[in-house]
Amino acid sequence: MAIGVKPRVKVPKTASAGDVITIKTLISHKMESGQRKDKEGNRIPQSIINTFSCDFKGQNVITVSLSGAISTNPYFQFKAIVPESGDFEFTWNDDDGSVYTETKTISVG
Amino acid sequence: MIKPNLQRVASIVTVAALTFSLNAAVASDLVINEEISLTNETAAPAHLENLTTIYSGWNFRKSETQSLQMDDFDNPGMIFVDQAIDQWNVVEGEAGKSCAACHTGGVEEFAGLRAVLPRYDEEAGGIQSMEDYINECRTDRMQADAWKWSESKMTAMTALIGLQSRGMPVNVAIDGDAAEAWELGKEIYYQPVGQLDMACASCHEDNYNTYIRADFLSQGQTNGFPAYRLKNAKLNSIHARFKGCMKNIRATPYKEGSDEFRALELYVASRGNGLSVEGTSVRN
Amino acid sequence: MQFNRRDALIIGAGAATVALLPMQAFAAAGDDEIMAFTGGADVTEGGIVLTAPEIAENGNTVPVAVSAPGAVSIILIATGNPNPKVAKFTFGPLAGSQDASTRIRLAGTQELIAVAQMADGTFARDSKIVKVTIGGCGG
Repeated sequence: MAIGVKPRVKVPKTASAGDVITIKTLISHKMESGQRKDKEGNRIPQSIINTFSCDFKGQNVITVSLSGAISTNPYFQFKAIVPESGDFEFTWNDDDGSVYTETKTISVG
Repeated sequence: MIKPNLQRVASIVTVAALTFSLNAAVASDLVINEEISLTNETAAPAHLENLTTIYSGWNFRKSETQSLQMDDFDNPGMIFVDQAIDQWNVVEGEAGKSCAACHTGGVEEFAGLRAVLPRYDEEAGGIQSMEDYINECRTDRMQADAWKWSESKMTAMTALIGLQSRGMPVNVAIDGDAAEAWELGKEIYYQPVGQLDMACASCHEDNYNTYIRADFLSQGQTNGFPAYRLKNAKLNSIHARFKGCMKNIRATPYKEGSDEFRALELYVASRGNGLSVEGTSVRN
Repeated sequence: MQFNRRDALIIGAGAATVALLPMQAFAAAGDDEIMAFTGGADVTEGGIVLTAPEIAENGNTVPVAVSAPGAVSIILIATGNPNPKVAKFTFGPLAGSQDASTRIRLAGTQELIAVAQMADGTFARDSKIVKVTIGGCGG
C-alpha cells in the first residue's frame, strides 16, 4: 500500500428524494506517471490510481479510468441523484493492488 | 545595510521581464468557503520604505489557481492538514507521548501563534521558527527524533498549526531582542548574490507585478506558508522556498534552519505585517 | 487579460513550434485513442462541452471539465502528451448529470479533445487549445 494515502470526500449530509447533489473527492497519491526518470536516467515505473468509482446501494454513479496524466492527489467533482437515504461508497484502485474506500451517509428527510 | 547595485539589477530584470498591466485578479477579495474574509491587500507597515501597499501572493495567481484556495475542499494542501490531524494523536518517542498528550486543549491552543512567528526566544537565545518549536517538543518532551525542516510530516504539522491563526494579521516583532536578527534579515534581503547578482528585492520589491519569463512576480510574502505549490504538488516551507529562489539566481543557498534563513524569515514576515495568515495557501 | 507585442511574439513562437512538429504523427496520437473508443463511427461537433483554461498557470495541475447531457461515457485526450490518454468517465444510472471535473497534467501547449458516446450510440466531440507556460524561475 502506498504510504500516506488519504481520501477526502464531500457529500451533503441531507437531501430530498430525487435531489441532484454535487460530490467532490480528493485522495493523496503521487500518481507516478511512468514518464519520469530517476537520477541514474532509469525510467520510474508507473504507479497510479487506475480506477475510481462512486456507487449508491450497488448502483453506479460514475466510474473513471485514470491515466498518468491525472495530477498528483487526484480530484473529481461530479453530480449524483439521491433516490433515498443510504450510503455513497467510494473506491480507488491502486496499480499496486491496494484498494482505498470511503463511505458517506446521506439522509433523505 | 548594503545597498543593491540598482542600475545593474534593473538592467538584468528589464531584459527578463515583460511589463504587464496589473493582473486583473489583484482587485478581487480572498474569501475562503464563502465565509472567511482574508486581508490580501493592505497598507505597507511603517518600516517598509519602498512600498506603499502590500499584497498576498494569492493576488498574483491566475483565477484557476486562486479558486483552489477559496474552498477548503478544493485546496489540495488540506490533505496534508488532515494527515497532521492524525499525526497529532500518534504516540512517538521514549516518553510515550503524542502532541495531544500535552496540548489537552487541542491544536486550537495555537490560535495566534503563526501570526507572531518567527520570534526572539529567550531560552534559545535567538530567533525561533515554528519548525524549531515543533522539534523542541519532539526531542525534549516526546523524546522522539527531530523532523527535518521541510519533510512532509513537518510541513503538514506547520500547516495544521498555522491554520489555527487563519485570518489573523501577521504581526511579528522587529524591535527589542528581535532587532539584531531583523537587521541581518534586511541585509540579506537587499544583498545581491550569486552569478546573476540579484537580491530578494530585485524581483519582489523592484519588479513585482511583472513577468520574469513566464512567471508573474509577487511581492514574495510569506503569510500563506506553508504553501501548496502546483509545481511540486506538496506543501513547501518558507526556508525551502528561500532555497529555491537562491538557486534560481545561481547563488549558494543558506541551509534550511540556519540562522541566516531564520533572520530572513523574520524580515520577510515583517514585510507582510498586516496581511492575514492564510493557513495553507495554493500557489504556482 | 491584455496582450502586448511581447505576448504576441511568444504566442506566435509557440504556434510556430507546433506547426513545425510532424502534424500527422501529432494527430495520429489522439486518433488512435478516439478510434478505439468510437470504432470508426462518425463523430460530430456539438452536444459536448470541454472546459479548460486558455493559458494554464502550471502544466502540473490544469483544471478541466467535461459535460455531455445524455452521454454514456466521455474520453479525454491530451494530444501533446507522451501518452495521450487522460481519463474515461462512465456515467451510471445514478449520475445526476453527465459531467465531471478533474485536474490534469499537460506536457506543453497542445490540443485537448473530449469525445462522448451518447445513449443512442452516436459520438460527439469538442476540443480546446491550452497554452502551457514553461520557463521562468518559480524556484
